[in-house]
Amino acid sequence: MGIKILYFASLRETVGCAEEVLESLPAGVATAGALREWLCARGGDWTALRAGQAIRAAVNQNLAHAHTAIAEGDEVAFFPPVTGG
Amino acid sequence: MSVSVQHTDFDLDAETAHLASVSHNVGAVATFLGYVRGDDALAAMTLEHYPGMTEKSLADIVSQAQARWPLLAVRVIHRIGRLLPGERIVFVGVASRHRGAAFDACEFIMDYLKTRAPFWKKEETEQGARWVDARDSDESALEKWGK
Repeated sequence: MGIKILYFASLRETVGCAEEVLESLPAGVATAGALREWLCARGGDWTALRAGQAIRAAVNQNLAHAHTAIAEGDEVAFFPPVTGG
Repeated sequence: MSVSVQHTDFDLDAETAHLASVSHNVGAVATFLGYVRGDDALAAMTLEHYPGMTEKSLADIVSQAQARWPLLAVRVIHRIGRLLPGERIVFVGVASRHRGAAFDACEFIMDYLKTRAPFWKKEETEQGARWVDARDSDESALEKWGK
């Protein structure tokens, strides 16, 4: 099933990726926060996801926290604070 | 309750007339319109969103408003894509028996839309394009609703 990851707005431009699918959840990654750290560890532009940067997450299209659990088959999204309206 | 995310503009008169017509009990219709400001030689504004989550998030916000106030109808329209200064971005319309609920629910929906619905604005000026930063004042606006 894997895990689908989406990126939006300035973060999408910085990492140069709108969407990717991981074949399986990386070892030891069970929360949105842990996935963010794992992605950040790719280095380079991915450090835009490092701790302290204003990045929000959603799991299955609901706003999430760092401790929100994730599992195979989930859709996880990372994006900057929203600016609609 | 009806939520739309669309590129096209909308017919304000038709939307307002529809809100007023849903029931003989409608005594008040409050509406909010948001426009693209022409500040700082802005040439255009492009709105990106998260398809799927956007509609779900707006529907959740409307449900919360319906749980707080006795509303007879709610309509939310948010435009996406490239918009020019003076163009309309967002419409929120609320029908109720009395004005208090209509005014409050309209403001509540806008306050949550600004801080929870996944839209992002990118401004184009002569100097280039830049993503708009979120404002702390939008987040603190939620405090009056007891979060």
